[in-house]
Amino acid sequence: MSGLLNGKRILVTGVLLESSIAFHSAKLAQEQGAEVVLTGFGRLSLVERIAARLPKPAPVLELDVSNQEQLDSLAERVRQHVDGLDGVVHSIGFAPQDALGGNFLNTPWDSVATALQVSAYSLKSLTMAALPLMEQGGSVVGMDFDASVAWPQYDWMGVAKAALASTARYLARDLGPRNIRVNLVSAGPIKSMAAKSIPGFDGLTKVWDERAPLSWDLADPEPPARGVVALLSDWFPKTTGEILHVDGGVHAVGA
Amino acid sequence: MAAINDKDAILEGLAEIVNEIAGIPAEEVELDKSFTDDLDVDSLSMVEVVVAAEERFEVKIPDDDVKGLRTVGDAADYILNAQLSTQS
Ligand SMILES: NC(=O)c1ccc[n+]([C@@H]2O[C@H](COP(=O)([O-])OP(=O)(O)OC[C@H]3O[C@@H](n4cnc5c(N)ncnc54)[C@H](O)[C@@H]3O)[C@@H](O)[C@H]2O)c1
Repeated sequence: MSGLLNGKRILVTGVLLESSIAFHSAKLAQEQGAEVVLTGFGRLSLVERIAARLPKPAPVLELDVSNQEQLDSLAERVRQHVDGLDGVVHSIGFAPQDALGGNFLNTPWDSVATALQVSAYSLKSLTMAALPLMEQGGSVVGMDFDASVAWPQYDWMGVAKAALASTARYLARDLGPRNIRVNLVSAGPIKSMAAKSIPGFDGLTKVWDERAPLSWDLADPEPPARGVVALLSDWFPKTTGEILHVDGGVHAVGA
Repeated sequence: MAAINDKDAILEGLAEIVNEIAGIPAEEVELDKSFTDDLDVDSLSMVEVVVAAEERFEVKIPDDDVKGLRTVGDAADYILNAQLSTQS
């Protein structure tokens, strides 16, 4: 079988439900020949049930990106399943409720700090935690939501995404010499657990109904996942610090 | 595996699932109990209960339908109907 990721060992974070972009990334990666190791956060029993729906079994390791001990032991725990990594998928985002939904002017720093740590700084923490496993180089892919403009409801998560994009560029700069590429997929809205926790998420999705040149399906996480797999593959060998838009083309058009 | 198509068996299965996931004694899981108000099942636990029920009863419960499952009885009826419609 010839697959885009034949023989590659990929760590996928962020699987929670079948609606997770990470679930579809893991599924496609397996279908394309990769050996996948998952990390889950919080409800590991749920993540394991969902992992069982993948085409092939995949181990689930616990990882809270704000827990330094878990980050420190990650490489060793991954090594119990694979002898190294060729790719890492960062599909993690979180902001406290008071940082979302139109409360921008009143959000306290604590909440902003949490959003930034879990959603942006964690790209660096995760990449560094996995670095010992990527001796032959590798590809790190994170999930973005267009941060070049202000959106309804998205608030401090938007600020966190801007920080994520910048973090990706600096990682690309510093890890390029080790042949590690760092890129983001900027996805259109998907009805995942994370999205549903944004009050007024529907207001955001209207933009896609009205403006997307390519019709956009909120219930289909596969298109962004395909972008993830493409960036993990050898077909973007000299691309790093890039943001690949898988958003139906919304970023390219005016009102 | 043959579908378990009677409501008592579904209730029993649901009680086991709710007990395993949310730690609520199985005997407290009764048809007229509300998952959130009476049994204190939080939203992520509810998601996991649904996922576990899908597996155990071999049915699909789409996200949009989950909101309609207020009580244990609602869930049992839903599962029963889903099993009957896939059998025919
Ligand atoms: N859904 C969308 O509309 C959309 C659009 C563009 C980008 N994204 C991004 O895609 C990524 C995945 O989100 P999704 O939509 O698949 O939702 P999701 O809810 O399925 O995934 C979010 C994941 O983040 C994990 N997470 C939260 N806090 C964590 C922590 N402290 N440590 C480790 N993991 C933690 C959750 O467990 C969950 O698996 C996020 O970065 C999100 O911002 C989503």
